[in-house]
Amino acid sequence: MDEPDRRIVNSMQTGFPICERPFLEVAGSLGISEDELITRIDALLAAGVLTRFGPLFQIERMGGAFSLCALKIPEPDYERVAAIVNSRSEVAHNYARDHEYNMWFVLATERPEQIEQVIEQIACATGYEVLNLPKQREYFVGLNLHV
Amino acid sequence: MSDLSDTPLLDEIDRALVRATQAGLPLTAQPYRALGERIGISADEVMLRLTRMLEAGMIRRIGAVPNHYALGYHANGMSVWDVADEQVDALGRQIGALECVSHCYLRPRRLPQWRYNLFAMLHGHDRAEVQAQVARIVTMLGAACRAHTVLFSTRILKKTGLRI
Repeated sequence: MDEPDRRIVNSMQTGFPICERPFLEVAGSLGISEDELITRIDALLAAGVLTRFGPLFQIERMGGAFSLCALKIPEPDYERVAAIVNSRSEVAHNYARDHEYNMWFVLATERPEQIEQVIEQIACATGYEVLNLPKQREYFVGLNLHV
Repeated sequence: MSDLSDTPLLDEIDRALVRATQAGLPLTAQPYRALGERIGISADEVMLRLTRMLEAGMIRRIGAVPNHYALGYHANGMSVWDVADEQVDALGRQIGALECVSHCYLRPRRLPQWRYNLFAMLHGHDRAEVQAQVARIVTMLGAACRAHTVLFSTRILKKTGLRI
């Protein structure tokens, strides 16, 4: 990553404008051309520096639900279970963590009652009990990682 | 009899817009126009609807999601805390205000398997940096915290964002 890339990563974590030529507007503030900004975002996505670029939806406000879930998986069975969990479209992300509960994933469903259904199906397909830890209160969300 | 919980928050066009953008915005000079062409509405209507969803909090923001690892933040620790119920709201807000915390939530205990009710996601360049953040939180929580641990991530197994 060079200096323009760093500036792009830092600035693109806050609000992207809604207007006819949003890249042009952002490019102006970064001192690069619209074309260069688009090309660089494309490259940052392809390189995996950015995992996503677009609207970040808050599904609860749209009538849906999120929950954080955890599984305790013996190492020999880990990849099989990861494949089952990842295959579900409701799984927004999934992390391996170094703890007795070693697989942590977030479910996002269009309707709240679907959380329980998906958990049951995952428990049934994997053979492991799912720890369901829905958010009860949000104290803070948001972070800019400076590079 | 009307039931508010059955009132759809999104109409069919909104839903089409969510589906068209959940993988990302088109990387073209006029992304909102391109979206509109894809789902059969004008660029103005796309912008109006996205603005409305932003104002309603349905969209948290439009922007980029960085890969922590790729940016040098190699240590991602989910710190979990067993905090006295009567103090957790005040303390949760204080912990959430720390610069190193990206998310801070209250979640249910599941005894006997899981005793921790406060979750704070921490980010550092290495584990030592995260452990220093943990030490600071230990001091802030004081006697209200009965136990804590940190679960470091070792691998991203999936990261796609939500799909409807």
